[in-house]
Amino acid sequence: MSLKDKLISSFLAFEENIDLENDIHTQRDSAIKYFENTGFPTKKDEAWKYTSLNSILKEDYSIFPKKEFALDYKDVKKYFIHDIDTYTIVFVDGIYSSHLSSTTHDKFDACLMSSALNKAKYKSIIDTYFNKATPEDSLVSLNTAFTREGAYIRVPKNVAAEKPVQIINFSTGSETALMVQPRNLIIAEDGSQLQIIERHQSLTDNAVLTNSVTEVFVGKNANVDYYKIQNDKTSASLIDSTYVKQDRDSVASVHTFSLGGKLTRNNLNFYQNGENINSILKGVTILEDKQHVDHNTLVHHQQPNCESHQDYKGIFSDKSVGVFNGKVYVDKIAQKTDAYQSNNNILIDDTSTCNSKPQLEIFADDVKCSHGCTIGQLDNEALYYLQTRGIPYKEARALLMFAFANNVLDSVKIPEIKKRITKQIALKIGVELGFDL
Amino acid sequence: MAYTEHELEQELKDKEYEYGFYTDIESDTLPPGLNEDIVIAISKRKNEPDWMTEWRLEAYRHWKTMAEPNWANVGYEKPDYQNISYYSAPNKKPKYESLDEVDPELLDTFNKLGISLDEQKKLAGVAVDVVMDSVSVATTFKKNLAEKGIIFCSISEAISEHPELVKKYIGSVVPPKDNFFAALNSAVFSDGSFCYIPKGVRCPMELSTYFRINQAGTGQFERTLVIAEESSYVSYLEGCTAPMRDENQLHAAVVELVALDNAEIKYSTVQNWFPGNKEGKGGVFNFVTKRGLCEKNAKISWTQVETGSAVTWKYPSCVLKGDNSVGEFYSIAVTNNFQQADTGTKMVHLGKNTKSTIISKGISAGQSQNSYRGLVQVNKRAENARNFSQCDSLLMGNKCGAHTFPYIEAKNKTAQIEHEATTSKIGEDQIFYCNQRGIDTEKAIALIVNGFSKEVLNKLPMEFAVEAQKLLEISLEGSVG
Repeated sequence: MSLKDKLISSFLAFEENIDLENDIHTQRDSAIKYFENTGFPTKKDEAWKYTSLNSILKEDYSIFPKKEFALDYKDVKKYFIHDIDTYTIVFVDGIYSSHLSSTTHDKFDACLMSSALNKAKYKSIIDTYFNKATPEDSLVSLNTAFTREGAYIRVPKNVAAEKPVQIINFSTGSETALMVQPRNLIIAEDGSQLQIIERHQSLTDNAVLTNSVTEVFVGKNANVDYYKIQNDKTSASLIDSTYVKQDRDSVASVHTFSLGGKLTRNNLNFYQNGENINSILKGVTILEDKQHVDHNTLVHHQQPNCESHQDYKGIFSDKSVGVFNGKVYVDKIAQKTDAYQSNNNILIDDTSTCNSKPQLEIFADDVKCSHGCTIGQLDNEALYYLQTRGIPYKEARALLMFAFANNVLDSVKIPEIKKRITKQIALKIGVELGFDL
Repeated sequence: MAYTEHELEQELKDKEYEYGFYTDIESDTLPPGLNEDIVIAISKRKNEPDWMTEWRLEAYRHWKTMAEPNWANVGYEKPDYQNISYYSAPNKKPKYESLDEVDPELLDTFNKLGISLDEQKKLAGVAVDVVMDSVSVATTFKKNLAEKGIIFCSISEAISEHPELVKKYIGSVVPPKDNFFAALNSAVFSDGSFCYIPKGVRCPMELSTYFRINQAGTGQFERTLVIAEESSYVSYLEGCTAPMRDENQLHAAVVELVALDNAEIKYSTVQNWFPGNKEGKGGVFNFVTKRGLCEKNAKISWTQVETGSAVTWKYPSCVLKGDNSVGEFYSIAVTNNFQQADTGTKMVHLGKNTKSTIISKGISAGQSQNSYRGLVQVNKRAENARNFSQCDSLLMGNKCGAHTFPYIEAKNKTAQIEHEATTSKIGEDQIFYCNQRGIDTEKAIALIVNGFSKEVLNKLPMEFAVEAQKLLEISLEGSVG
């Protein structure tokens, strides 16, 4: 039985199993129907031209984890950003793990999607926001149909979240192959501030497929800062779809660090629904060992006087494949838009591949839109210069790679994350830098 | 009086197609429709050998299995392929030795275009192979060229007189099964040009053809084949205007260039077919497959000025197969009113040390849509491949759109690829600066558009630059002084 058939036949059982009030039942129903009609995307879809899901769909995934698996904090501590104080929402095999988490309802809500979906007091919020930022898409529909758990964060008007929120999804491998579909809803109301760190981590060599959907609503004058850390095992695949809807004068930024995983697909869409909005999309991708990362971004400028900045850097070696498919869409009325898109890549060897497709679609005339894309290698002369100054070849290369990735790291606002990513990059390149960038 | 951008817009909108006239020459036209009998009939009429007929039939059979592509960023009503007449040849078909014998009406047509054969002849060495509704009716300077061993004739003539060359190269760069329109063209192509430059010969003059679509309701399917033997050089020009017609006319040409070791081909196009009137009615559908193959150290350079056609769908490409080969693409695409253009190039790097340059300038006005779509592909063995791409778009008014779809694929670590794209309008400050210095707004816009397109216009051969300038004027009148 193909995964698609399995999912569709599991849907009924899923609906019976969960004691949800059927508020979103109709949404689930139409979502599974949509998925049934469209199925998984194939390379024939323009948006999936360079990424085939075939290799990950052939596994026999179990769709409902059988039992809860307890993890010891000390075993998984290294996957947390533990040196700063944060709220944490942790899921193990798709199920909420209360003893690893610290949630809050104090100044703002950082809790669970399941309770938001079930409790009456959240009903109006779910009605207003749930599934409202997503476009019609087969994988999103699949996630909507199976929505059960995930993070729910809501920051009320004019509140600044005092600590960042970490959302961590572990998979333990108690199943031979597991598919999880977390669904996150993040609402930053007018004038609020929020920082989020998200991570997907597999703890075994068993196959894991995560089909995650996150909706982010950024109110007027609000500021949301989102960090995605993707450094998973080569048995784990991730399809992450994040939809950010922004209101006037807001700022939203998403940093994606793709350092590992078998296949990672990032769908990152920004919709600008007011004036003076700033959207920032940045990413560093460092891959080896047949890994595949596909960044698919869209910034839809729907109102005048907005800005967007996209900056993606990639370093690829050893049969890895990097894909960047960025799109800037400027509506007729979105005059004075300032959109910038940049994608720079380095290929370390001839087995790696890089495909880039930066696109502009512009319908307004008074705009400043540009994009740049390069594929090249480290500058030999710079390398030679460093070597003549007594810096060994390996360190010199590492230095240049850091310099290459640096302006993405520069805009990271949480120092601990910056430090950690720096370390991870050093680890990947296999050198001790002896300093922090 | 101050000339505002608004006035310019208005003028652009009201601008009618200047070259909309129709030459009344009796034609011998096949009934509309497409089936194996028609394909055979076309082949028979052209007295083609059996292998050619079979080649056409095979293309036709494959075409039947293909679906019309719809991935381009254009919208149009798909032509009814069974409602097109696939063959139309001028009835009076004498072989002219001198211009005096040419149908005066035809000469008149070219006079209206401002490029009379007389003038052409007097101008420094331009040989013109006039294609009037699919069949070549005049070839000049043939003797001159023959002395050098250069073959420049219609493709039907080449099929009967140089079958070994045609057989070897036709379909070698654009296989008949390549795409929907190439297959259609392979099955029904009526005529086109053939050019062969022998080893070591530098073609002493610019070769040029003028294509015209003349018979109402007949699509034109030319096939051009240019072969440059080792160490040879040729510059080939192609230019076209079409009379005003209400129904859409389909044009699906195939151009194949073969540049053998150390050869260089320069292929320039000026295209100014009827773009439809200002309501977006009528106009030519231009679905063209153009591709060149570069062997070792060879160079192919495409230059195009696209100002006409209701729908343009065209990607002149280079397959850089040989080591050290070079591919270039320079393009200006101007769209106005309801025109749609999806154009660009493909640079496929296969050999070592291959280089490609892409300069694309898009100007959109009125309610037109202008897209650049390009592919730069570096394969595993293409060591030290180098590409530079630049796509600039200029928007005039806020009803038009500019789109950029670059595809960049690299599989070799030594590849160096750069892509840049910008979109802008003519800045108020730029115009103000010019005004300050006593240049009125109209001239200022002309200056800026000229400057914007200069990089590409400079690449055109002298003989063509004049005409290209003229076409820019027509498409954006009031802006080019």
